[in-house]
Amino acid sequence: MDIFGIPSQAFFGQLLLGLINGSFYAVLSLGLAIIFGLLNIINFAHGAQYMLGAFAALLGLNWLGINYWAALVLAPLAVGLLAVVIERSMLRHLYKLDHLYGLLLTFGLALVAEGVFKNVFGVSGESYEAPEILQGGVHLGFMFLPIYRAWVVVAALSVCALAWYVIERTSLGATLRAATQRPDLVQALGINVPVLVTATYATGAALAAFAGVLAAPIQQVNPVMGSNLIIVVFAVVVIGGMGSILGSIVTGLGLGIIEGLTKVFYPEASAVVIFVIMVLVLLVKPAGLFGKQA
Amino acid sequence: MKPHRIAQAAGLALLSMAAQAQVSDGVVKIGVLTDLSGVYSDVAGPGTVAATKMAIEDFVATEKPSFKVEMVSADHQNKGDIAANKAREWFEKDKVDVASELVTTSVALAVQKIAKEKNRVVLISGAASTAVTNENCNDVTVHWTYDTYAVANGTAKAVTQGGGKKWFFMTADYAFGHALEKDASAVVKANGGEVMGSVRHPFPGTDFSSFLLKAQSSGAQVIGLANAGGDTINSIKQAAEFGVTPKQSLAGLLMFITDVHSLGLKTTQTMYLTEGFYWDLNEETRAWSKRFFAVHKRMPTMVQAGQYSSVMHYLKAVKAINSDDTPKVMAQMKKTPVNDFFAKNGKIRDDGRMVHDMYLLQVKKPAESKTPWDYYHVKATIPAAEAFQPLSESRCALVKK
Repeated sequence: MDIFGIPSQAFFGQLLLGLINGSFYAVLSLGLAIIFGLLNIINFAHGAQYMLGAFAALLGLNWLGINYWAALVLAPLAVGLLAVVIERSMLRHLYKLDHLYGLLLTFGLALVAEGVFKNVFGVSGESYEAPEILQGGVHLGFMFLPIYRAWVVVAALSVCALAWYVIERTSLGATLRAATQRPDLVQALGINVPVLVTATYATGAALAAFAGVLAAPIQQVNPVMGSNLIIVVFAVVVIGGMGSILGSIVTGLGLGIIEGLTKVFYPEASAVVIFVIMVLVLLVKPAGLFGKQA
Repeated sequence: MKPHRIAQAAGLALLSMAAQAQVSDGVVKIGVLTDLSGVYSDVAGPGTVAATKMAIEDFVATEKPSFKVEMVSADHQNKGDIAANKAREWFEKDKVDVASELVTTSVALAVQKIAKEKNRVVLISGAASTAVTNENCNDVTVHWTYDTYAVANGTAKAVTQGGGKKWFFMTADYAFGHALEKDASAVVKANGGEVMGSVRHPFPGTDFSSFLLKAQSSGAQVIGLANAGGDTINSIKQAAEFGVTPKQSLAGLLMFITDVHSLGLKTTQTMYLTEGFYWDLNEETRAWSKRFFAVHKRMPTMVQAGQYSSVMHYLKAVKAINSDDTPKVMAQMKKTPVNDFFAKNGKIRDDGRMVHDMYLLQVKKPAESKTPWDYYHVKATIPAAEAFQPLSESRCALVKK
């Protein structure tokens, strides 16, 4: 049976691949959306933090013998700590200023991180292998599904669900949201707002690093892996609505599927389709699909 | 004008007339325009700058020329417009005599035109497309190290004749990818093979899973990767992940030793590729490569070895005629055969193509590799006369048929 001229087998295979990539976009844009939604910072270092997470896993394995499962926890922690240092020493001075300053600072930091790693590791990158238990794949009939890719979907969506739950449904999340809207009142109630803000930035960075560890076995771990991806992730967040957590998750998944379908019918455009959609959404609904007007 | 000024002017005029046969300002300036930090920086990049420095030092030490040799380098970031601006600045302001390296086809094509306009020499090591010596050919360009025809011919012919008759191409969607696919398809068909289909992916790409899925369902035995650098690396990695290999085999149409080093032998073993140089070919290549390794900490790619060889050939030509006048140097370079560690009995043709032996290589299995960078079996030497596009098929205006 053919769907739009493509054999149904191929079609469902591509749809599944789109879903896998979409869940990946979702967890990446989640970190970005958290940082912007709660802190009003445009974190251009997100791609570099993703790259640092992947490198932390690689170097952890090569130098310290830390396996993949430990790296899933330790790499985000390490990058999160680095983010705490960045936030305390540099970022917090910029909150009162225009968004642009935060963007410039984080962009500069990303360039520095990339440059250092390029100097040391070269551009080709190194291989990182998935753990034994996640290697190999399953024949689904319409395609061969690598077990690791299925794991990526499960891990990514679980983390997204967890993050959404914490922010939207727990008192911690409520405190966080209140602190960004009226920090003076919240501080007057005895809550340590600066610590909350630092913790939030660190969490966003840790999410990026988590995505980096997930990605390490799929692509070569190289210093430019983040910069290639960051623009697409920004487009996802803009389409979903800059402040909306749910928006970035749903949009990430949706765009992954749309990109997957574009690869079936007109592959040459698959890199561009997300930006075309971004332009259309901005023309019709500037705050994004799920965003609230400021 | 005062009398002694006239005398000074006349004196200077006499001096400059006498200097006609000299090197301009007594300095030969070599410009290395390469990708210093982007996708091709491991293949070319800082390694080519190091190779050029080595060539200059070796030349000055052994040939003791009467002129000085200087080097400048710049990063073109794989962008044709940045490269063009830099080349123009070099030729107009900085008195650079030759622009060299020029990895990335769009860069090479742009700089070729400007060099012709400004009457300077262009030595191309890194760029791939045969357009350099066909549609875009001119008499100030030398295409030294390799081109899409040579690498496609070697690999596609060997694989098709070896039984891989049905091919599917995964192609980087820009000029280089298209050229490589075209050249390789022609070779496959000429050797009794069949092209089952192809797909074009955006350049650069990261996730090739959906294109690999297409390749899987195409019924092809061989998937030709008409891409390079990071794209090739990720394609190979993901092909292993999706169970494409070992059922179907992969042919990396343009691969470098740095790609194999990055991926590891476990993933790349038994793959065929064609290169213009391998550090472990013989005593001469080993000796040179060890010196290079001491500086660069990695074994040389063919682009880096070719850069040394082309710069040395140029400098020797300048010394032989004691002039850096472009047409004279070009004539001298074309007249002189190339015989060094990089090429034996190499020759620069009328279209600017330097023809030399190419090597068909197969990646070793992990157990077969004894030392670091010991990656290849040399399966065959493709003689210069066969390796490159014959002049009879040339689309270059300079070639008399």
